[in-house]
Amino acid sequence: MTATGIGAPVRRKEDQRFVTGQGRYVDDFNRPGQAHAYFLRSPHAHAAIRSIDTGPATIMPGVIAVFTGDDLAADKIGGLICGWMIHSKDGSPMKAGPHPALAQGKVRYVGDHVAVVIAETLAQAKDAAEAIVVDYDVLPAVVDTAQATKASVQVHEVSPDNTVFNWHLGNKDETEAAFARAKHVTKIDLVNNRLVPNPIEPRAAVGEYDFGTDNYTLYTTSQNPHVARLVLSAFIGVAPEHKLRVIAPDVGGGFGSKIFIYAEETVCVWAAKKVKRPVKWTSDRSEAFLSDAHGRDHVTHAEMATDENGKIIGLRVHTTANLGAYLSTFSSSVPTYLYAPLLSGQYDIPAIYCEVDGVYTNTAPVDAYRGAGRPEATFVVERLVEKTARELGQNPAEFRRKNYITQFPHATPVIMTYDTGDYAASLDKALEIADYKNFQQRKQESARRGKLRGIGFSSYIEACGIAPSQAVGSLGAGVGLWESAEVRVNPTGSVEVLTGSHSHGQGHETTFAQLVSDRLGISIDQVSIVHGDTDKVQFGMGTYGSRSGAVGMSAIAKAIDKVIAKGKKVAAHVLEASEGDIEFKDGRFGVAGTDRSMAFGEIALQAYIAHKFSGQDLEPGLKEGAFYDPTNFTFPAGVHICEVEIDPDTGVTKIERWTAVDDFGVIINPMIVEGQVHGGIAQGVGQALLEGAFYDESGQLITASFNDYCMPRAIDLPSFQVGMTVTPCPSNPLGIKGCGEAGAIAAPPAVINAITDALGHEDIAMPATPQAVWRAAQKARMPMAAE
Amino acid sequence: MTTVSLTVNGQSVTADVDPRTLLVQFLRENLRLTGTHVGCDTSQCGACVVHLNGQAVKSCTTLAVQANASVVTTIEGIAEGGDLHPMQAAFREHHGLQCGYCTPGMIMSAIDIVNRKGNALDEQTIRAELEGNLCRCTGYHNIVKAVAAGAQAMAQAPVQQAAE
Ligand code: FES
Ligand code: FES
Repeated sequence: MTATGIGAPVRRKEDQRFVTGQGRYVDDFNRPGQAHAYFLRSPHAHAAIRSIDTGPATIMPGVIAVFTGDDLAADKIGGLICGWMIHSKDGSPMKAGPHPALAQGKVRYVGDHVAVVIAETLAQAKDAAEAIVVDYDVLPAVVDTAQATKASVQVHEVSPDNTVFNWHLGNKDETEAAFARAKHVTKIDLVNNRLVPNPIEPRAAVGEYDFGTDNYTLYTTSQNPHVARLVLSAFIGVAPEHKLRVIAPDVGGGFGSKIFIYAEETVCVWAAKKVKRPVKWTSDRSEAFLSDAHGRDHVTHAEMATDENGKIIGLRVHTTANLGAYLSTFSSSVPTYLYAPLLSGQYDIPAIYCEVDGVYTNTAPVDAYRGAGRPEATFVVERLVEKTARELGQNPAEFRRKNYITQFPHATPVIMTYDTGDYAASLDKALEIADYKNFQQRKQESARRGKLRGIGFSSYIEACGIAPSQAVGSLGAGVGLWESAEVRVNPTGSVEVLTGSHSHGQGHETTFAQLVSDRLGISIDQVSIVHGDTDKVQFGMGTYGSRSGAVGMSAIAKAIDKVIAKGKKVAAHVLEASEGDIEFKDGRFGVAGTDRSMAFGEIALQAYIAHKFSGQDLEPGLKEGAFYDPTNFTFPAGVHICEVEIDPDTGVTKIERWTAVDDFGVIINPMIVEGQVHGGIAQGVGQALLEGAFYDESGQLITASFNDYCMPRAIDLPSFQVGMTVTPCPSNPLGIKGCGEAGAIAAPPAVINAITDALGHEDIAMPATPQAVWRAAQKARMPMAAE
Repeated sequence: MTTVSLTVNGQSVTADVDPRTLLVQFLRENLRLTGTHVGCDTSQCGACVVHLNGQAVKSCTTLAVQANASVVTTIEGIAEGGDLHPMQAAFREHHGLQCGYCTPGMIMSAIDIVNRKGNALDEQTIRAELEGNLCRCTGYHNIVKAVAAGAQAMAQAPVQQAAE
């Protein structure tokens, strides 16, 4: 390992600009002549719009224009799309209602977009929005996930009972048979609470149109600018693809919520041409709560069957997934193909059957949030496994070990083939770091102080590296999920890597440069990473699903291989040897068996001056591109152990220890990987203890600011003990599995398993707030009194 | 319109502003000091923290006119020439940032914590004192380490403390 190569904890190159305030986020861009957009949003969860009178607003000071859905329709601007087709059990396609960028005739959730005001200043736009007169016919709303299909309210005409799809996966008959012969069946009812992603940078967009060239530019907070361009051009029809440049500069966190193509950026691009001015919109936090796609929101009943030896023989799951009022860009894939295929967890379960009902409600659209489907699956599996172990009177760690998959490759009953792993190794290491053997002692010590101590396990698995294009195509994805890269070597030997991945906190400028440094033997300072601009990078699928290492870097590795191959040809001419005798090692091209060699940079120069070979023999220049399509998903897995102490008098749960042992395959930069684990755990702990998005019966979001929605703060979290085990991934050239979501996936069941262990009963929902835990603790003390 | 005159990062500035202009808007829009960020509208996140007369304030909750005749320091104003402030260097060294959006506010708060609480900060103190700063990326683990290390480094670099 070199100081800056693969495996080195290199300090991040991008940090210089971030710690000095020189980062450039979308809201930092101001274009000459820029006007400001403000969206009038629906105050009602469900209403027919009888009329909109924009007249009073248009005469307000500074107002340039006011637009409604009719104006978009007149320009033939299409609706927002959902890019993953799910088919119901009966083979019928999902029922997707219209999703106009600005409402047409109806609003379906609080925050839905009714009109946009473009004005000289944001303050003027806001003032004018208040002058728009909208005559609403307020309708009853459906909010509750579990009740959605039974409600008399109909969110979309296409779906009379609010069902988007009734989908299933697995083998029903085999699963029923397994339950029929089971010795023991454990049942559980779970709610996976709705969350608001809340990257600290709110979404923003600046649209611009150049009448001279007919070119559009959109600066946007996107995790996948090329996908945004494709959707805006091919589906929504705002601008032709080759005329639209999408720039996603520094982006302040995404966690999934910036994958999607939203109404606001659509309107900014379109309006820029209408008003002949650049148009800027920046979300405030209140708007973000209302209109960023939310995450999770499942209601599940699940059962696990075990035989007389304590082996798991079957799992059946029924989930109702709230998709909100409209289908967001990838929403349909999250509770289906990103969920049920993970229900085997780390366990050898011969029969699994899962049914999922996707439903509409009058709430914000729900889509991928860190982990996307996999946290929900892990919560089901790990809560059930824990409860089963308790009911069988078995040690939860050893019950897991007994049921672990140990042979690879392993095909699960839910369409996944796990390629490699060593789950027991992670468990052993985690037990040691967590000092599990002395837990009982610590529990007694807590009891002496009147406190309840509990320990909870989570043996999670996830499918990352999304994904083989053919496979996802057969499951309904509208796109392929490969990644592209281009490696441009300059005459001076410095290198630019153009990647379709996008960094919004992941540190690609450093890790990708480490790969180049490692492979080409040059300093990371000689490498720059170019991303987030469709005019520079030809195409890319973006960053989500922990795919940038496994897929994005594999594309770079493939392009580097081509650069080296071309470099060998150049070297053969320059060193006057046959190409087969040229070796590339430690940054030098040499002739095998001789001391004749030249550095990478010297060969780069020779490739460009092209004096030593004729253009007929070899093309000048040194630049190669590659598209990498993965052969399988990757399967990061690990064991997290959470130890809590509860004060039964206050209900406060304190996390005393957190142990994470993860197998991410080959690690490029351990410092960055550990940081990803920390951040993921914090979001998972947030879900388990603090966070929940709640609507009241009328569909008002009652947790719509940081005052009401409890984000994890430093004081809510412990320091984490992070360990690693490594089984290199055989499915990509670098052996990488991915690390971005592990913590968020692993953490919620670890926390709840610890709390239920401390309480001695299973009756606690997320978020386990002090009030909820206090009630549960009272119940544990006096079963009758708390009823 | 109201006239405000203040010193920002050592430079005097005077401007006519709408009286409702927030200090953060004045910094970002009038002075184009975009290192100070806005992450919320309820004074919760701390992405906007700057120093006003040497003390941390949330610039989203301060009017520009309130800063009249004051000295304001932003994230752009704490490095000495080419050298990072010890707290900036500590955030980089200890990977106390990921997306970087909360970072300017975190660093400005951290320096203020050291000014108030001294250079030997234990984990619990740091976690409690970061109450007004949200980070969604890091889980705070490395921020806590960075603040502790930055606090110690500030003891070794009295020149920069004096520059505040
Ligand atoms: S912007 Fe959130 S506290 Fe100031
Ligand atoms: S580093 Fe992204 S919010 Fe803190």
